Amino acid sequence: MNDGKVALSFFLNGQRRDTRLRPMSRLSETLRDEFGYTGVKVGCDAGDCGACTVLLDGRQVCACLVPTGRIDGAIVVSAEGMMANGYLSRVQHAFLRHGAVQCGACIPGMLAAATDIAAANHHPSRQDVLDGLGGVLCRCTGYENIVAAVLDAGREPSAIEVVPGPAVGASLPRTDALEKLTGAAEFGADGIPADALWLRAVRSPHPAANCTIGDLSPLYQRHPGLIKILTAADVPGSKCYGIYPDLKDQPVFADGQVRYRGEAVLALVGEREALAAISDDEIPITYEALAPVIGLDQAMAEGARQLHADRPGNLLIAAALDKGEGAEALAACRYTASGQWQTSFVEHAYIEPEAGFARRRDDRLEIHVSTQTPYMDRDEVALIMGLAPEQVRIVPTVCGGGFGGKLDQSVQPMLAVAAWLLDRPVACVYARPESMAASTKRHPARVQARFGCDQDGRLLAAELTADFDTGAYASWGPTVAGRVPVHGSGPYQIPHITINAQAILTNAPPSGAFRGFGVPQIALAHEALMDDLAAQAGLDPLEFRLANALRAGDRTATGQLLLASAGLDQCLLALRPHWRQAQAAVRDHNKGEPIMRLGVGLGCMWYGCGNTGMSNPSRVRVALSADGRITLYNGAVDIGQGSYTIMRQICADGLGLPVDVIDQVTGDTDLTPDAGKTSASRQTYVTGKATELAARDLRQQILRLANAEAGAAITLADGRLEVGETQVTLSRLSANADGMVLEAEGTFDPPITALDAHGQGEPYGTYAFAAQMAMVEVDTELGTTKVRRIVAAHDVGKAINPGLVEGQIQGGIAQGLGLALMEEYLPGRTENLHDYLIPTVGDMPEIEVILIEDPDPNGPQGAKGVGEPGLVPTAPAILAAIKSATGVGIYRVPATPDRVRAALLADNPVGDMDYGSTEP
Amino acid sequence: MASYYRPTELSHALAALAEQELTVIAGATDYFPAQVGGKSDHDILDLSAIEALIGIKPYGPYWRIGAMTTWRQLMDADLPRCFDGLKAAARQVGGQQIQNTATIAGNLCNASPAADGVPPLLSLDAQVELRDQSGTTLLPLADFIRGNRSTCLAQGQLLTSILVPQSLQQGRSAFLKLGARSYLVISIVMVAGLLMLDEEGRVTQANLSVGACSEVAQRLPALEAELTGQRPTHEVVRPEHFAHLSPLDDHRGTAVYRLDAAATLTRRLLRELSG
Repeated sequence: MNDGKVALSFFLNGQRRDTRLRPMSRLSETLRDEFGYTGVKVGCDAGDCGACTVLLDGRQVCACLVPTGRIDGAIVVSAEGMMANGYLSRVQHAFLRHGAVQCGACIPGMLAAATDIAAANHHPSRQDVLDGLGGVLCRCTGYENIVAAVLDAGREPSAIEVVPGPAVGASLPRTDALEKLTGAAEFGADGIPADALWLRAVRSPHPAANCTIGDLSPLYQRHPGLIKILTAADVPGSKCYGIYPDLKDQPVFADGQVRYRGEAVLALVGEREALAAISDDEIPITYEALAPVIGLDQAMAEGARQLHADRPGNLLIAAALDKGEGAEALAACRYTASGQWQTSFVEHAYIEPEAGFARRRDDRLEIHVSTQTPYMDRDEVALIMGLAPEQVRIVPTVCGGGFGGKLDQSVQPMLAVAAWLLDRPVACVYARPESMAASTKRHPARVQARFGCDQDGRLLAAELTADFDTGAYASWGPTVAGRVPVHGSGPYQIPHITINAQAILTNAPPSGAFRGFGVPQIALAHEALMDDLAAQAGLDPLEFRLANALRAGDRTATGQLLLASAGLDQCLLALRPHWRQAQAAVRDHNKGEPIMRLGVGLGCMWYGCGNTGMSNPSRVRVALSADGRITLYNGAVDIGQGSYTIMRQICADGLGLPVDVIDQVTGDTDLTPDAGKTSASRQTYVTGKATELAARDLRQQILRLANAEAGAAITLADGRLEVGETQVTLSRLSANADGMVLEAEGTFDPPITALDAHGQGEPYGTYAFAAQMAMVEVDTELGTTKVRRIVAAHDVGKAINPGLVEGQIQGGIAQGLGLALMEEYLPGRTENLHDYLIPTVGDMPEIEVILIEDPDPNGPQGAKGVGEPGLVPTAPAILAAIKSATGVGIYRVPATPDRVRAALLADNPVGDMDYGSTEP
Repeated sequence: MASYYRPTELSHALAALAEQELTVIAGATDYFPAQVGGKSDHDILDLSAIEALIGIKPYGPYWRIGAMTTWRQLMDADLPRCFDGLKAAARQVGGQQIQNTATIAGNLCNASPAADGVPPLLSLDAQVELRDQSGTTLLPLADFIRGNRSTCLAQGQLLTSILVPQSLQQGRSAFLKLGARSYLVISIVMVAGLLMLDEEGRVTQANLSVGACSEVAQRLPALEAELTGQRPTHEVVRPEHFAHLSPLDDHRGTAVYRLDAAATLTRRLLRELSG
């Protein structure tokens, strides 16, 4: 038999297998495709991420690097095989107890690594755990809870205690934890029908080129399994898409010109094997390379080549804010400080690359995809297909991390065209380098700022100008430009302020949405200047910030009166003892220590929850069925942050019922009302409020059935509804087609006004506030920075699920640390996860989270968003700590070892300075 | 259809290799990453089932490291202290998944300028044993690796073992790696060293190497000569000891930085070895 397969015998997840397999298939492919163990996640195929880690004879290995031929005689275990007799393994249970799961894409690999550690050592040290988990990347959790789980995995599992009473405020386990811990959760690449065709995009290797497609017929002849080659001509509707209604500038397939390396020129559709056999060299695309326009200076230069005919000067958008007297006010300041900061392209690096499949159902299209924004996907696909939105159904799969990167189109438009034209299911899964080259990035920024204060350290005036490299297409560039003027003051009261922001088009990947929309970049500037001004005024950096913090009753730079829930002062007060202690520790350590210097720094932030100056409603439905269950129709896609868990908690309290009577229908444009995008830290606040309103409405309806008063207790058990003493027979009520006897809908749109030409208005319904403190150790000879400790105080309004809130903050800190110290995307050079570095478990500091609850009057039980705030203050705090350690300011991130060392050599030799530690 | 051969005997492997051109895989941890996004149809010779190539044993005047010995097996082996540096390197190769799979010989044959195994083995005066059907050749490691991703392995030849002279086994050894994060990181610079001392604590032999600062890791002959005959010290390290290196400017670090860091790491290494 020469099918290339070899006979192999092995044990797989407890079962003996004797079968013929392809020996050089990666074990990860074999486990997924031959045995259906899709819990084995493929994140990179290069041993860089560890998501596919399985146990081979008890030891952790990357399944993507093991030839299947080697498992002869071996024992292989994946996440699917870890339960025994219907019980979670000790390791799985520890992950559940410790809330170690967020998006879940790294979890199967983490479980395998953790099981290896636990088997080798029943009482592993922290260092053992770090060493054992060092080869598995996680982008969501900051690793903290995972490490805690592994340290605790030796314990006998015990039942998780459910405390009776309100659901909000309890750290309930995630609703999707079990499926994510057992490998059962279906991510974008996991539910692809067996009869699907596959699609592979062919992408430009040039950042700028004219391209022509030659005769494709020889390609069809050589590869019989190649069924269709899609080009721009095949797109039936609009050739371009884009986030904004007036900025549909990004082509599904290049229109004769490519504007970034990684842009799709055409797509091959056919049998999976056939596509894999086609090499890029065979594809007749001729590129006539153009001199690329790279970086802000080139793009803004006089006579620079224009990327888009309708964008003179390569200016995508400019936004401004001015309040008070601007430059004159600055001139009147007793102290002023200024600087210029530069940031890099940052990659989202979600562990799950883009994936999904589409199929046509008569005159409708159905797309199963890993996404943050089903309704926007629906509308974009409808646009490029020339269909009505109702003809498109988006079914979000489990999403293995988004962070803003899955707010743009990726596979959706190409799959839609293919499935529609061929009338067959078509699937596409990006390889890691493709994901990195094709997808959006965080905007690189150049921020110039000057802030001034009076003799007593009271902030008086500020000027900030931020230029953002927005890449080749609009994407979310306008959002970044829009958020920056609002937030440019930092979370401080400043009467005179001028801010300008603009987004500039270049031949780079489109800069899109990434956790913070430009705010993390400008926070580097305002926070560094707070330290400089505090030093000039002879004040402690924390006390300086405290004196200037925005508080309830203050007006922001946009003129918005903050009525409540502005808890920065409380955050700073909570940090104060940690700050004092850290300052003392730093002083003690650094005496006579010229090389390994400690430093401590602060970062503060505020963040408007929801869209900027624009309506962004969420709708939620809650229903009671004839058989006595509650169904929550929740369209707030859970990308790991926990919206499928917290909406249930909010719903439960709104009804006055326990969470376990609530079923959920989640994120499907045919089944759930539009809850908007999972972005802008808006789901807890906006959809949470809609959920609360819907639940309260349903409760009112239930009370009316029994003529009961407002506070009456409702119980729902075994299909029976009791209201106070009254029993209601649900089967007597008339049910709708879904079997529902009562239904309520809640809608919430944050109270906002649009910004005027001076950037004045009320752009957000509420703001989150935070202050973080970082302690670092800088090796001044090597320029390396190790973050030792972070204390993060966050005003979240109300923590609906404190465990999940802490998880968001820990994960945000990890991404902020990456931004500060190691992450830089360079097209063509760091398009994989070994050249592009994100923090590993060993890079994380000890983290202490302090939750401040200054309730927002509109938020559900007072809650605000927390998704982005975790990240924003981290990098400023780290840079401040480096300065505290060395006396040298860092103005470009990432602060890689060579940059820090160069700054140290160029600037200021380390002495026993006491920067940033003046007592008030 | 591509072929796959996984023999259990070395002689069979060599016979197959004599017959046709085959892609040889050891741990496969460099092979698969090179295939990302493409389809490979190489004819494969998989050495993983040849027991004779696994393990570390005394062998005449040498310690013999079998080509298919993994980093994990090296770390777990009971070895004299001259191997401490190599073990330290092993602990910093990739993550534990890679250490459980990747082999020492594979690291040498892949010939990356940043190969973690090369500086410590250079400091151990390692030789490689190359076998083909006609016989065995011994070659100093420094001569085996010719450049970036280039070795002098001939068609039909396998690297079957790595030989370390037992005469060095009482040497103190160490390894320091500098990367931009804790795990899973490609070295910006690494240094390895081995010192032999006489009864008075004077250096009789100093073997120092620097990796990731040139196409192939290099020894530091001028510094080695200066250290010999005196008590170990880090104070003699000067920039000119590194003048023969030619580091790259890339996203991991500038050339200037690499030279600066190499000197710092060498000082620290010597301090560790003098302690």
